[in-house]
Amino acid sequence: MAIKEIPTEEYYLPGSAACPGCPATMALRIVFKAIGKKMIMIVPACCTAVIESLHPNTSFNIPTMNIAFEAAAAGASGVEAALRKQGKDDITVVAWAGDGGTYDIGIQALSGALERNTNFIYICYNNQIYSNTGIQRSGATPKYAAWTTTTVGGKTEYRKEMGEIIQAHHIPYAAQACISYPEDLYKKIKKAKEIKGPKYIEIMAPCPPGWRFGMEKTVEMGTLSVETGAWALYEYENDEIKFNGISKLLLEEKINPKPIEDWIKFQGRFRHLFIPKKDVKKLKEIQDHTNLIWKRYRKCYL
Amino acid sequence: MKKYNVKTTISYPMKGATGKTGNWRVFRPILNKEKCVKCLRCWIFCPEATVIRKDDDSIDIDYDYCKGCGICANVCKIKAITMKREGIEK
Repeated sequence: MAIKEIPTEEYYLPGSAACPGCPATMALRIVFKAIGKKMIMIVPACCTAVIESLHPNTSFNIPTMNIAFEAAAAGASGVEAALRKQGKDDITVVAWAGDGGTYDIGIQALSGALERNTNFIYICYNNQIYSNTGIQRSGATPKYAAWTTTTVGGKTEYRKEMGEIIQAHHIPYAAQACISYPEDLYKKIKKAKEIKGPKYIEIMAPCPPGWRFGMEKTVEMGTLSVETGAWALYEYENDEIKFNGISKLLLEEKINPKPIEDWIKFQGRFRHLFIPKKDVKKLKEIQDHTNLIWKRYRKCYL
Repeated sequence: MKKYNVKTTISYPMKGATGKTGNWRVFRPILNKEKCVKCLRCWIFCPEATVIRKDDDSIDIDYDYCKGCGICANVCKIKAITMKREGIEK
């Protein structure tokens, strides 16, 4: 599909409180276009709670409910049950949470909702950091990335693979997308809308203030994260995984991934690996870990 | 707009909920309409929905709300959009 086929309707109104170059609003626009007016959003504490702007105005032309940090999926379950009771089955319920509200704080409610077979779409926009509260580490932060309260050297643990935790629930549809590939994201949301049962979509969202890069580079950083293999685009359907786009070519080894250094050298959060002198050992460790993940992907899904 | 009589805090949709965000801008995107090939990459990637898509797929920029992030200029493959510093006249 081409960009021209994406509808022109805007349910995101300009003039919100988002930072310039925000990947979350970019993704929100595409989600709104794909699902249309007939949707209800559930937003826990995350950047989107700020992007909605202050009472009495909001920049979303969509019914939205704000809820506590850990309760996005639980709130969505409640809304879905209420709609079912009223016989309104043409309304899509979307829980929209950040990576903190999905990987760390919201995982219990999410796991419960998926297990109960709730008919909703859970979208996690993953910027690998708690951006809203001023850049703290989350379960999605990669190894050696620094944040504002780091002492020295950045994170010492690897990030977790949420996609694989979701697959363990045997839900009808799950996918990973990236804001740099809007057609792919649009297609995945559209597909999820048609399927009944719990759906999970995770969107890679490079955050300019969180990752410390220039605000005009958001799209570029997303593309690089896929091309270097730091992020994979795939669809999970009926217990089968299909990689798509560049990730498919990487999986089948038709193209070589770019070195991970190409991606991290633009990010201020990894600056301590380059200044005062290049830390070759740590860079190699990151590269080796990425290779290991892809080796496992090939073993399991090829 | 329909107002709801509910006993909870409720916000209503409004363009410019945080005010005219155009005054955040340091660099202003300038579109060269002759160069534009209507690929719409700037429209789909604009985080603020300020690149307006017209019926014939030509575009317009809403300077009242454009925050000047420069993504449109960066994703434009033929460099039809350039960023110029605000306030400097030639």
